[in-house]
Amino acid sequence: MFAYIIRRFFQGALVLGIVGFIAFSMFRFIGDPYENILGQDATVLDRQALEERLGLNKPIAIQYLKFLGNAMQGEFGVSYRNGIPVSEMIAQRLPATIELAIVSALFALFLGVLLGVYTAINRDGFLANFIMTTSLIGVSLPTFLIGILLIWVFAVELNVLPSFGRGETVEIWGWKTGLATASGLKSIILPAITLGLYQMTLVMRLVRSEMLEVLRTDYIRFARARGLTRRAINFGHALKNTLLPVITIIGIQLGQIIAFAIITETVFQWPGVGLLFINAVNFVDVPIMATYLLLVGSLFVVINLVVDLLYVVIDPRLRLDGTEAR
Amino acid sequence: MSDSRWLRWWQSDVMWSWRRSPVAIVSTAVFFALAFAAIFAPLVAPYTPFDPSSLNLMDGFTAPGETGMGSGNKYWLGTDDQGRDIFSAILYGMRLSLFIGVMAVTLAAILGISLGLIAGYFGGWIDAVIMRIADIQLTFPSILVAMLIFGVARGLTPPELRDQMAVWVLIISIGLSDWVQFARTVRSSAMVESRKEYVQAARLIGRSPMIILRKHLLPNVMSPVLVIATISLALAIILEATLSFLGVGAPPTKPSLGTLIRIGQDFLFAGEWWIILFPSLTLLVLALSVNLLGDWLRDVLNPKLR
Repeated sequence: MFAYIIRRFFQGALVLGIVGFIAFSMFRFIGDPYENILGQDATVLDRQALEERLGLNKPIAIQYLKFLGNAMQGEFGVSYRNGIPVSEMIAQRLPATIELAIVSALFALFLGVLLGVYTAINRDGFLANFIMTTSLIGVSLPTFLIGILLIWVFAVELNVLPSFGRGETVEIWGWKTGLATASGLKSIILPAITLGLYQMTLVMRLVRSEMLEVLRTDYIRFARARGLTRRAINFGHALKNTLLPVITIIGIQLGQIIAFAIITETVFQWPGVGLLFINAVNFVDVPIMATYLLLVGSLFVVINLVVDLLYVVIDPRLRLDGTEAR
Repeated sequence: MSDSRWLRWWQSDVMWSWRRSPVAIVSTAVFFALAFAAIFAPLVAPYTPFDPSSLNLMDGFTAPGETGMGSGNKYWLGTDDQGRDIFSAILYGMRLSLFIGVMAVTLAAILGISLGLIAGYFGGWIDAVIMRIADIQLTFPSILVAMLIFGVARGLTPPELRDQMAVWVLIISIGLSDWVQFARTVRSSAMVESRKEYVQAARLIGRSPMIILRKHLLPNVMSPVLVIATISLALAIILEATLSFLGVGAPPTKPSLGTLIRIGQDFLFAGEWWIILFPSLTLLVLALSVNLLGDWLRDVLNPKLR
């Protein structure tokens, strides 16, 4: 058990080290760092001064360590394109992405569980079959087409919801939120549905199959025999036991949500870090690309670690040493 | 001779179940029709949409089925703002999308199969290193990996060549983001196969590892590869469309289906719905037909994978 945790930590650290090295290599080897920072008509003296200041004349290993040290202090250099420190740009846009990701995850979780329970209880009902079939079509649509479809229906044809931006934002304790204003809430609906739809169907299918399995067990039959209400059986007894895998799935899928936020943010011009990243890729703005890589990399490592550890805490069957027979 | 070979092929298990599955027949027909139209796009397309000299700006925004104001040509699926025929643009776009998809999957398959065979046959630290790399890459969604490789490759190519190189950069980034599936599957089959007697016999008579891998192991690990390749093709087509839609893929001068959808999005609000609708539908039908084909193949060739 302890060895397992240590090994997981070690693996996470290794991944982070590799991600960090890739980010560093991007900084160092894509394009000419002198030209990127100083511009084309820099003198030799300027270059020497920069070399001294950034330590570009030191061995690569030293440079890498210095890069990591800077990154840990939140220093990621200056954007090539508009000369603003990258840390500032990211900090400014991070709240938008986090809000979008959380709202999407909650949407996926609640609607997914609800529909999952419904389709499991009314297994052969017309509506349940209809939901299952449409969910299949929804999964095979690429994310950006779902977004465009929603914009077309709700923003162009019906004209009830905004199609781009965050709406009005207010600052609460230094956090710029769009969730406190009416226009902000209206703006987040379409992007959140677009981003969370895939995870919603995933949760729905998972809850449905787990529920179907649980509903067949003896303790549910016994609960029925005791004369408990259907609601108490379905939600109090059956659903409770299906939530465990659902929570881990949502945990793992958080990474996917962050990655696919890039697409949703582009479709809806949502001013988050994903949009920042895609513009950086377009203009080869290396500091932003490298910082985003580091940010997302550490996020993924942390998520994976937490999910792995949660597994062990929640499911006692996994508390085996690697040496024991499986 | 060739007659009986055809007959044997027609009567094989795979073809038997193909004949009995309407979904498989329809998706095969749709896919080959689309692929045919794409491959022979220069012959099938009524206009040459990316030749500036043949465009008539007065034809811009012609609705589907109407004749252009400038030239009097008829456009079945309408035209975009510059008077390009949407139908022809879709054919050329699909050609590019399919080309990138097939090449990317080929790259991923070659890379994944080779690494998987090596890892499965040799085992030990070689296996550990290859599979650890695969694990790390699998931590990140393939779209992120592809974008990152695209960004790096773009940074390494000189700006004046970027548009020309975009297609190859796309192929490499999609291919490199997708090899893990192949490697994992091939590795596990190779591990099983390499313990069997025929491999040991080949080793005993002194055949070199290279020959054992190529001549003995490779043919025996191929059937799941075919399934993964088909499903990967659908994923690669969607990934390419997504990247191009985001503006980090095929350039507007040489648009793929994703680029066409990106262009069309600007006109959605103005009411020119056909510029975006038809490329989107084409992408959908193309991806869906490949996907259904892959599902069917998986059920036939390897029921265990289900």
